[in-house]
Amino acid sequence: MSTSTLSVSKLRNGTVIDHIPAGRALDVLRVLGITGKEGLRIAIIMNVESKKLGKKDIVKIEGKKLSREEVSAIALIAPTATINIISEFNVVSKFRVEVPEIVEGILLCPNPTCITNKHQEPVVPRFRRISKNPLILQCDYCGTLLSESDIANYIRGRAHETR
Amino acid sequence: MCPLTAYIPVSHYVVMGFVKLGFKGRDVISILDFSREDLEELFAYADRIEKMGRVKLRVLEGKIIALAFFEPSTRTRLSFETAAKRLGADVISFSGEEAISVAKGENLADTIRMLDNYSDLIVIRHRYEGAAKFAAEIAKNPVINAGDGKQHHPTQAMIDLYTVKKLYGTIDGLTYAVVGDLRYGRAATSFIYALTLFKPKFVYLVSPPLLRARPETLKLLQERGIRFKEVENIGDVISDVDVMYVTRIQKERFPDPLEYEKVKGSYKITMDILSHAKKELRILHPLPKVDEIDPEVDKSPYAAYFLQAAYGVPVRMALLALIFGVEI
Ligand SMILES: [Zn+2]
Repeated sequence: MSTSTLSVSKLRNGTVIDHIPAGRALDVLRVLGITGKEGLRIAIIMNVESKKLGKKDIVKIEGKKLSREEVSAIALIAPTATINIISEFNVVSKFRVEVPEIVEGILLCPNPTCITNKHQEPVVPRFRRISKNPLILQCDYCGTLLSESDIANYIRGRAHETR
Repeated sequence: MCPLTAYIPVSHYVVMGFVKLGFKGRDVISILDFSREDLEELFAYADRIEKMGRVKLRVLEGKIIALAFFEPSTRTRLSFETAAKRLGADVISFSGEEAISVAKGENLADTIRMLDNYSDLIVIRHRYEGAAKFAAEIAKNPVINAGDGKQHHPTQAMIDLYTVKKLYGTIDGLTYAVVGDLRYGRAATSFIYALTLFKPKFVYLVSPPLLRARPETLKLLQERGIRFKEVENIGDVISDVDVMYVTRIQKERFPDPLEYEKVKGSYKITMDILSHAKKELRILHPLPKVDEIDPEVDKSPYAAYFLQAAYGVPVRMALLALIFGVEI
């Protein structure tokens, strides 16, 4: 199968997440909480040529609409990603993802003695974006820095598997 | 006390010059929430209080100050208690073991809500980083951080800078060496943070490789244009130093006890090491000290740590008075 065939295959309704840094497509699905067992039709295209990125991944999801929270979560691990919403084979909206200045409730703090990791405390982890490129976040409570390469390990709901 | 500004650290306002906040009603979470001007105002106040001698003022009569020491610290707690009482406030408190029964499985948030109902201001010490900030988001009344986790001990930093100011008449233009555990020691880290609000000539960060300052600390020094260098041996730099800030190196920080034994000796301050120092060098230490400073040094003119400890009460009195907005 050629690259062009991979990229142009059309969705009827759904979302195309384009310009994902090469190799991160599976992380994107994980952030979206998609395991493949939901029955959604999904195309994962990895390590194809890209003018912008050299190589990139693409994820196409039939029938899945992304919420705002999901979009910002994608930005954390795939800051270059573009989102295309497809309706009846047409792109009805297209936008870049951007890590918000405040990231609340999506990431866990890597510091085990951060108050946000204290058992049964009603506190939502909160990070402040202190650099866009390279992406660096800082825990608003304990000051711990989280760099782009570490972020994927601290997505909420997944961190317990990797720590 | 300020959930409305929870997203915007106070320092941003000050740096950008939008609002002069002053101290009234303010939380004290990190020394970095304060500007140089804030600290100079505080020091002038402390100086005035100090000159009054040991009088009892009645400016906080009717106020109740809660001391919530989830982690024990006799010195800091007694210093706050003395400061509060000398201003005429009443004090309710718990500490260490007692904290466990106070909390009894209850989370910090609920304990803070209770104390907030009983008192006009909460002083908190806690093992978790960010505990004071979280408490301040919950409480209606001001919260003072008396040490949380490994980074912040803002009132200690205030006392430390006040001591330098009293000794040298200035904080700017001096060469500092911060010695010991720069990674887990909150007093050392807060002191380094505090220096970034001023214009030190140079800052040496002296520690064994395992206990070097954290990346956040180094980043801040760089951003604020502070000239600094990480070194392992105090002997290499001592002849250059005006203020030496010594902290304890704890055995528990070393995975290998032998490694600890190896470094221990080289971070002990002795008269022998000091024989290479400037005559004007002064040693600060947040106390309590164990064996990181040879007792011989206590009697020498280099030792400023007992004086520094004595400044704890007037500085904390000044801080409380300013937060309550009372004139002295
Ligand atoms: Zn944290």
